[in-house]
Amino acid sequence: MCLAVPARVIERKNGMALVELQGVKRRASLRMVPEARVGDWILLHAGYAIEVLDEAAARETLEFLSQAFGEGNEKGVQEQ
Amino acid sequence: MRSGETDTVSGSANPLTPFRDSARVAALRDSIAELAARLLRPVRLMEVCGTHTMSAARTGLHSLLPESVRLTSGPGCPVCVTAPGYVVASCDLARRPEVIITTFGDMLRVPGGGRTLEEESAKGADVRVVYSPLDALETAENHPEKCVVFLGVGFETTAPTVAASILEARERNLRNYSVFAAHKTMPEAMRALLEAEDLAIDGFLCPGHVSVITGSDLYRFIVEEYAVPCAVTGFEPVEILLGVEALLRCLVEGRAEVVNVYRRAVRASGNIHAKKILEAVFEPCDSEWRGIGVIPRSGLAIREEFSDYDAARRFGVEIPSIPVPKACICGEVLRGAMEPTECRLFGEACTPTRPIGPCMVSSEGACAAAYKYGPA
Ligand code: SF4
Repeated sequence: MCLAVPARVIERKNGMALVELQGVKRRASLRMVPEARVGDWILLHAGYAIEVLDEAAARETLEFLSQAFGEGNEKGVQEQ
Repeated sequence: MRSGETDTVSGSANPLTPFRDSARVAALRDSIAELAARLLRPVRLMEVCGTHTMSAARTGLHSLLPESVRLTSGPGCPVCVTAPGYVVASCDLARRPEVIITTFGDMLRVPGGGRTLEEESAKGADVRVVYSPLDALETAENHPEKCVVFLGVGFETTAPTVAASILEARERNLRNYSVFAAHKTMPEAMRALLEAEDLAIDGFLCPGHVSVITGSDLYRFIVEEYAVPCAVTGFEPVEILLGVEALLRCLVEGRAEVVNVYRRAVRASGNIHAKKILEAVFEPCDSEWRGIGVIPRSGLAIREEFSDYDAARRFGVEIPSIPVPKACICGEVLRGAMEPTECRLFGEACTPTRPIGPCMVSSEGACAAAYKYGPA
């Protein structure tokens, strides 16, 4: 039930947004993330955007991974 | 990653892709194996959240862990921990002719006192599955002659959305909307598990989306008072493994820390707006967890100020005390004390098509996961 999925804000108006996830458009309330802008990735849960995803933090995690465990993506393996 | 695809998290690319990369998974698996070997003892880590249980089962994560590292499920499936008395009271509400019940789909088949909402619906009750409490508000707007009741179930992730719907109802002057609230909060349940004598938990994989709201600081008391390390993780394979890796590293080095490997979504202090909404509408109360019992201050009750939107007050609902079916060991499964396959009803009398306990009903229940993907 705590499932939340990343979606992209493509329009915003009066505290509501139109978001897109995997090609599907949905309405989402921005009540909990008033700072969200068009183009941002948000986490969508039960019709509400509950957080704006932090791309810089995501990149840092990936960089940390590469440094700690070697270049993960050099081997050219397929995505899961 | 396929060549030619850039490994960034910006642009319109799916931000999850790099967190599913199988080379990263392999590197983490090796590091986990090495740390586990250095520990020289078996460890038990608990994934508190039902979404983690399902995600780990679906991606076959257990097969990537060395034998000495066990990942057990915890009490983080909201539907599974809902008390049978709440189901009975919801069914009674559904029978009232003036009531439309709106609920997340997972609640429909949860049994309580031998009844389910699905059966009430088949007998003519108006029970509607919604994706969001906002849809429930819309139902209320479209049916001014009816009383629309939303079944407020879920943890800190969901509770703010339900609180927001109550604020919204008040703003729109919608008087025929109310919530039958049974929200629960995680930290008190985790404390109860840590206090239990029969559970030796070496580390927690903390619920990622609860943490989005509450912040990773929520788990400080666990490292400070119990010296048990906590990792806040996301739900992609790389992220779950990163969490396991961080916990093992803490154990090897004899440290207890809250490690946040889900920083792309979780801040230390959480989402301030969501927390404000939550606190405006709800206050802590004691709450019954199915098969576990009452845990003090582990629930959320609607504040007096919003009593017009509280279905329990509005309809004078009493939640009866109903025992759970005897042979069902859901309570032990939810505490991480027993595995689903240790239940003698598992896969025989109890299957997803004819479930006896909620752990087999819910799509994120440990029994359903073990039935679908094989035991962990
Ligand atoms: S297998 Fe069925 S009866 Fe046994 S614990 Fe799981 S849900 Fe309960």
